[in-house]
Amino acid sequence: MAESTITLDVARYRPEDETEPTFQSYEVPYREDWVVLDALNHVKDQLDGSLTFRWSCRMGVCGSCGMMVNGTPTLTCAVPLSDYMPGPIRIEPLQFFPVVRDLVVDISDFIQKLQKVQPWIVRDEEKPIADGEYIQTPAELEAYKQFSMCINCMLCYSACPVVGLEPEFTGPAAIALAQRYNLDSRDQGAAGRMEALDEHEGMWGCTFVGECTTVCPKNVDPAGAIQLYKVASATNWFKSMLLPWGSK
Amino acid sequence: MYRRPMPWGWWWQNGAYFRFIVRELTSVFVGFFAVLSILQVRALGQGAEGYERFVERLGTPVFIVLNSVALVAVLYHAITWFNLTPTVTVVRLRDKRVPDWVVAGAHYVGCAVLSGVVVWILLSH
Repeated sequence: MAESTITLDVARYRPEDETEPTFQSYEVPYREDWVVLDALNHVKDQLDGSLTFRWSCRMGVCGSCGMMVNGTPTLTCAVPLSDYMPGPIRIEPLQFFPVVRDLVVDISDFIQKLQKVQPWIVRDEEKPIADGEYIQTPAELEAYKQFSMCINCMLCYSACPVVGLEPEFTGPAAIALAQRYNLDSRDQGAAGRMEALDEHEGMWGCTFVGECTTVCPKNVDPAGAIQLYKVASATNWFKSMLLPWGSK
Repeated sequence: MYRRPMPWGWWWQNGAYFRFIVRELTSVFVGFFAVLSILQVRALGQGAEGYERFVERLGTPVFIVLNSVALVAVLYHAITWFNLTPTVTVVRLRDKRVPDWVVAGAHYVGCAVLSGVVVWILLSH
């Protein structure tokens, strides 16, 4: 029996030769136990060593192998080839990011946005190590756990048209991560994060398209996190209007 | 590095973007109904004759078509918005998150009750 195959139409961009990306087709064996990333690795190993893409853990944890698969932001290690039979499969770099080469995008802007929200536990005063750890109940863990599942794969940025239209927008994952720390009982940095995000480029840029939540491979629900932030900001505003003498 | 320009027709790219843009556009009709209600109050202020003229104008084919289109648009806006409410309103009861269908359902029930009150007022006069 002839081995069945599937075609990959892969975006190529070689800045030394091309001014804009082109597509190249590769015929790869179809195997039921392969994911899209396996097919790309087959191309790299057997057909064309010059194809460039990022990957690492191949088990949906590292968040490196996000690409546009048939127009949808996807973790290529998490989708079986069988989902796309009989093909062809169109594979492109994550949209709304500058392309460095082939399927590799530049993520430095995202890293800067992440830092802006102080995604770490902020304390007014650290207690001495001798006093032991900060104790947390299962309910307190539950309050932020969902938002802590983010693996920084940036699929949500690639799904968000606001990111494409307004590159200054802080974006879904960074705002969700801000919520993750706000909701952590050990953290005291919510006011500082609110200051950084309570602006058009922050939470108010979001128009609630909701696609960030749809594409998230970890069910983080960034759209929900941003809307909760808007509710909190609006509540603060009403409080300051109604009770101007109250503490901020 | 290559920066892809944002395509002008980006909302045609997938169904979700398209439904989003339609929801945004239907806001215009929500505004239309609001303006119409304000004009209705103004007509009321002009006495019985003025109000009758207003009602007569609403009965013309142009307004019937316009209002029918606006009704469909506002229903689309309301339904899609109600379906999004569970994402915005996270309610916790006894440490458990109230299920999405309860939050969305409460909005539908509230809307039905208010509509019922309006219908009751209209029919009882």
